[in-house]
Formats: sequence, structure tokens, C-alpha cells
Amino acid sequence: MTEAINAIEMHSIVKRFPGVVANDHVDFACQVGEVHALLGENGAGKSTLMNVLAGMYRPEAGEILVSGKRVVLHSPQEAIAHGIGMVHQHFMLVPPHSVAENIVLGLNQPRFLLNLSHIEEQVAALSEQYGLSVNPRAKIWELSVGEQQRVEVLKMLYRGAKVLILDEPTAVLTPQEVEVLFHTLRDMTKRGHSIVFISHKLDEVVAIADRVTVLRRGKVTAANVPAKGTTKAQLAQLMVGREVLFQVDKKKAQPGDVVLAVEGLCADNDRSLPALRNVSLQVRAGEIVGVAGVAGNGQRELAEALTGLRRPTAGKMTLGKIALDRHTQWLKLGQQLAHIPEDRAVFGSVAELSVAENLILKRFYRPPISSGWSINASAVRQNADRLVVQYQIATPTIETPVRMLSGGNLQKVILARETSERPYLMVAVHPTRGLDIGATESVHKLLIEQRDADTGILLISEDLDELLSLSDRLIVLYEGQIAGEMPAEGADIHTIGLMMAGAKADA
Amino acid sequence: MTANELIALALTIVFGALVSGSPLLFATVGEIFSERAGVMNLGIEGMMLVGAMSGFAVWFKTGDVLLGLIAGMAFGALLALLHALITITLRADQVVSGLAVTFLGSGLSSILGQPYVGQRTPQPTPIVLPIIEQVAAQQLALIIFGLIFAPLAWFYLHRTRPGLNLRSVGEYPSAADSLGINVYRTRYLYVIFGGAMSGLGGAAMSLITDPGWVDGKTSGLGWIAVALVIFAAWDPMRGVWVSYFFGLLRRLPLDLQNPALPLISTANNPSLGRLMDMLPYLATIFILILGSREAMRKRLGSPAALGIPYVRGERGL
Repeated sequence: MTEAINAIEMHSIVKRFPGVVANDHVDFACQVGEVHALLGENGAGKSTLMNVLAGMYRPEAGEILVSGKRVVLHSPQEAIAHGIGMVHQHFMLVPPHSVAENIVLGLNQPRFLLNLSHIEEQVAALSEQYGLSVNPRAKIWELSVGEQQRVEVLKMLYRGAKVLILDEPTAVLTPQEVEVLFHTLRDMTKRGHSIVFISHKLDEVVAIADRVTVLRRGKVTAANVPAKGTTKAQLAQLMVGREVLFQVDKKKAQPGDVVLAVEGLCADNDRSLPALRNVSLQVRAGEIVGVAGVAGNGQRELAEALTGLRRPTAGKMTLGKIALDRHTQWLKLGQQLAHIPEDRAVFGSVAELSVAENLILKRFYRPPISSGWSINASAVRQNADRLVVQYQIATPTIETPVRMLSGGNLQKVILARETSERPYLMVAVHPTRGLDIGATESVHKLLIEQRDADTGILLISEDLDELLSLSDRLIVLYEGQIAGEMPAEGADIHTIGLMMAGAKADA
Repeated sequence: MTANELIALALTIVFGALVSGSPLLFATVGEIFSERAGVMNLGIEGMMLVGAMSGFAVWFKTGDVLLGLIAGMAFGALLALLHALITITLRADQVVSGLAVTFLGSGLSSILGQPYVGQRTPQPTPIVLPIIEQVAAQQLALIIFGLIFAPLAWFYLHRTRPGLNLRSVGEYPSAADSLGINVYRTRYLYVIFGGAMSGLGGAAMSLITDPGWVDGKTSGLGWIAVALVIFAAWDPMRGVWVSYFFGLLRRLPLDLQNPALPLISTANNPSLGRLMDMLPYLATIFILILGSREAMRKRLGSPAALGIPYVRGERGL
């Protein structure tokens, strides 16, 4: 085999943020024509390192070589001029603008007049060449997430990117879309492009990468490991620094009475368009019902309708024996209904209030916390002390504002508040999003414990692995309708993927 | 009344609507540009007042209307620069800064404008048009300028690169920033442009549409412009129709004083006249109530980053 050429090299990169060293003398190299995975947990410094390479951040120390020549990148424009383009996790696309407008945004040519039909032709030709089909006239908001990602890739190719950095590109895709993306990536490496693939998902890394570099806490723990012949367990150990159990430990569910019955539920989204169409489902005590689906197919509206944050336009909801409707006193329901909202920091907690205060948000109005109009400070402290121990919340003091806590600990505060009184039903939305492996494990354990304590749990998540390992039953939402329902045990990920993409479950 | 007289009256009303809508059109389109770049400017009223006062003062000293209009633009732009500094660089709340700038503008124009209250005014140059006979050349020029300006503004927004940059900065500044567009410079530019157009609108009032300077000359027109931006759904072409419509509402009470119109003449029915004087303001309140609903604003196409200061690398937009 001939000596492979490095498309880019990074030597001894140091990048500090206030309080943390995000990259501590990191070396990285990507060869021409390879897919190089950059693996690591959240906060390991992967995105930071690639933002340095893409010209978004200036490193404090270290050097970058492009095709063997030393370069200094002051801005993303200089990076792209050297052929380095990055597709961010949050797409940098302007939603009301067309595909073509997004692709030419920020270029120097043409300078003043935009001949859009000419640009559209160029974009169409480029998308044909790379097999990235997308209508150049479509507005971004009309496109699926997978299509938007293609626009991002096209945008970089249009600018002549040779090295393409993809930050967690599969997080938002269905399994089928992931396959298409991988196919495209392989095709691109054959044309001499290099791909840096940032991920924390081991399966994907093993599936797509030629070589892997692993980061942990800002340092390289393994460099240029060939993906072939490396196991998931080995990679996980390099990433986390200890052995990881992939299976969640759980007994078989013992479903009891129906705690939640939903019939013919319809609700609108924020744009007043129908988001839920005639959804009927049941959750029994002591089971976890997982809701799968690509983001934006009604999951958020379902969770909000069930927790009283959104008024349904039609349908019936019953919690135990209580009808949930416009007469429901949601505050009084707090003990029976637990909600782990999608956005921990905004809906799940009050950032400026202390841990102790956040822990009483659902019981501040009744004994022992309150006796009428005043709040009993010592009861608040006792409550907090007890829950901090019971739920292993790592906080300096119970008076610390929750905005100072890590994501995992904040989630434990919310779980402690919501579950310590044995609710009938828990609605958990993306409960482990953004958490590291350790925190994810403990949240999973808490959910299973809660299930075994006879709570019915509706788990909404975009992480199929999480849904498959935690749930007892699965429901797939597509465009606000239930596209399919099945037991989680032995469920086929391919079938689920098809349902998430809208295929009917008749096969 | 003969048919010819009726036609003449109708044309006079239309002409009057176009004239009195023109200052509103400039301010509205200016504010559309500013808001589409992501900066709400509630200082329009102050900028119009400063423009009207300084424009009048410069004309008074030099006798040159064009120079007065340019001065109005310049001082409107200067006040807008202050708003830009406060909201873009110092990242203060845009609503608070806008209100403060309006107070500043109305105070400054009131104090500095005192010597000009009740002074002689620019004399219109009469020209003869068919049917409606005599109109002022300056007013005609103002209408023609407005009719050319608005489509050009639309074209600039939608068919040119700087227009694309402007829209992107107001919708998704971090995307624009990631592609090398200077978000701060772009926002400064269009806030200042909006101020200049407001200043021009003010100067056009004190020099052409309604010559003379009195304290509080613009009588809340700047606020109406802010409301019209929502009514026009941030589109300069719709801005034309809504500005002229409000011009008509402002103009009607004057035109209907004609005693030759027995039924609807406000000369015979003062309460009707007062009611009609209120119309533009009532309509403004109505629009603002509609526009204050978040969902409605989204459906009309409010720029996504409107009102949000941009900080590189921060969460959100």
C-alpha cells in the first residue's frame, strides 16, 4: 500500500474556555479519501477541535497543516478557501430562504445582482453529480431534516470543500436516511474528498469510518485506530475510560391497570396547523411505552397536550379515573402526573432558583412545605436534603442555583421532584438528550425503578437505541398519526425506520 | 355637482392621499429594512421629528428645499446611529432604546425648533395638470420618488446579494456570520438607513406635504409607520398600499370639508370630522393588537431574529 497523504494535520492544539481546557495538546490527522471518525462523549472536545479546524475558533497554541503546508485560519471563509468545510449540528440554513439562496449566501460572486435561475441550474447540476437530490427552488422550511443536511453538504461542495467535517450528522436522521448519507459519504471519498465524522454513536463509527481517533476530556486517548477489527466495547472503553454495559438491566414488565387512556386526540402546533391527528393510545401501570419518530412529527404536541401545556382541539384523555379536559386543575394533578420536559433549563426548572426551591415546585402549596400562605423553610431544607441523597444529586449546596449544575444533575433534580411521590403517569421527553454516558445510565436506572414501582411511563425519544432498550411497547408517530405499534422486545429497527418515514405497517 | 366636478374631487382626494402617504411610505420602508436586518426601531417618531425640524431649519437658512431634505435625512440617520450603538454594540433592549430615542428626538426638536415655530414656509411651485388643474411640483416629485423607491427597495431585498445578506442577518444571524457576513456592520447600515428614511419622511412633511414647523409636527406618524410595518408584513411593496391607504385616512377629513358634498361634508357635521381624524390612530391600535400576537406575527413573516441582539457563539439565534 502506498503512503497515504494527509489532507489535513493538526498538531498540539490547545483551546481553553473559561474554566475548562477543551483541547489539551490534541493531534489529529485525516488522510485524503478516508472517513475519519472523531469519537468522544459530550464535552470531550470533539466539536471544539473541529471548530478550530473550520476557522470558527482560534486555538491558543498549536498548528494546522493543509496538504502539508502550515496555515493560519482566522475565519470560516479562510478555512473554506483552503478547502475545509463544516456541517454543523445545528444547520446554518435560513429557513424562509430557498435552497439556492442559502447556497450562495456569503459568496463574493456574483457581487450584486442575483440571477437566481442561473444559480438554481448550477445547484441542480452539482446535486446530480453527487447524488444529493434536492429541489433548488424549495424553501428550507419545506424540507425534511435529511434534505436540509444535503443542502448543507451541497453548500460546502459549491464552495469547493475537499475536507468535509460533519458534526453528529445522524442525530436527526431516520435509519434509512442514515444509509443514504453513508452511501453519499463513501461516494465522496472515492472522488478524493476526506470526511471527518464527529460522533458518539459507536455503531455508526464502526459502520462508516476507516479510522478512528478518540477524545476524552480534551485529550486524545487513541489515535488513528483502524475501524476494521475494533469492537464497540473497545471503543467505548477508550471513550469513557471504563467498561460500559450496553444493556439496561431490567425485569419483564408487569403491566397493571390502564393509567392513561387517550382517544382520538387532535391538537395544533404553534403555527396553528394540525400536529396530532386522531391519536389513540393507552399506558398501563408498570410499563414503559416508547414513542418513536423523527423530530417534529407531533411528539412535542403530544407531551404538551398530556401535561396541560397545550389545549387539544378534539379527543379525550383520561388519567386513571380523572378526565383531562378544560376543567382540569393541572396544579392539583401534580402528584399523579410527572413531566420530564424536553427542555430541562427552560421548562423543567427555574434556572435562578436554588436546588431546594426547584425541588418544591410541585408541592409548595401543601403540607408539609406550606401551611396555608407561608412556606416552612425547614421542611424545604429537609425535603431537599433527603432527595439530594436519595437521587445522588451532585451539588455544592442545596442553596446553589440550578443553573450551576451539569445537565445530568439538573435532570436528577427534575426527576427527584417529579417522581418522589409515586405518580400514576410519567411523561418523559428526551430524558437523556445531551447527557454523558454516566448520567444517561443513572437516568435509565431511575426510569426502570419508577416503572417497577408501578408508574406508567410514556417515553418520547429520538434515540432509537434508548427506546428499544427501555420500552416495553413502542409506538411510532408519523405526521401526527400513529404509524405503528409493537412490543419493544424483538422489534426490527428497519421496520421502525420505515414507519418513521411514513410507510404503513402492513408488511 | 356635475360629473366633471365629481371626477375632479375624486382625483384631488387620490392626489392628496398619495401626498400625505408619502412621508409615511419612506418611514415604513426604512423601518422594514431595519426590522428585516433584525433591529426593531421604535425611535421612528423621534427621527421623523428631528428630520422635520432640521430640514425646516436648513431650508429657512438657505432657502433650498432639497438641501433641507438632505439635512433631514442626515439628522435622522444620526439619531439612528445612536439607536444602533445602544442596541447592536451595547446589546441593550431594542424597545427601551427605541422609546428613549423617541423621547430624545421629540425633546431636541421641541427645544431647537422653537425659533422656527410660526415662521414663513416654503412656497409650492404650481404646475397645471389635466382635470385637477393646479398642484405643487414638489408634491408631484415626492409622489414619483415614492413610486420608484418602493419597487427598487423590493428588488434590492429579493434580487441582490446585499439584500440577501440583509434578510439572512435578520432571520438567522449565526448562519450569516458563519458564512462571513458581518452581522454588526449589516445591522448598523440598515438601522442608519431606516433612520435616514424616517428623517426624510419628517423633512418631507415640514417642507412639502404640510409646510411649516410646529412642536410635535409629525403627530404620531412615526408610530403609525411602526404599525404599518406589521400591516405590510415586512414587504416594501405592500408598504406602498398601506402607506397610501393611511394617507387617505389622514387626508379625508380635510377633503370632506367641501360643503358641496351635502351628506358627508364634515363642515356640517363636526363630530363626523372628529371621528375621521381619529381613524388612522384607531386603525393603528387595531393593527398593533393583531400584530402583538406571536402566532400572528409568525404567520405574517416576522423576521425570526427581530429584537434579539447578536452575540457570536451564543445559544439560540
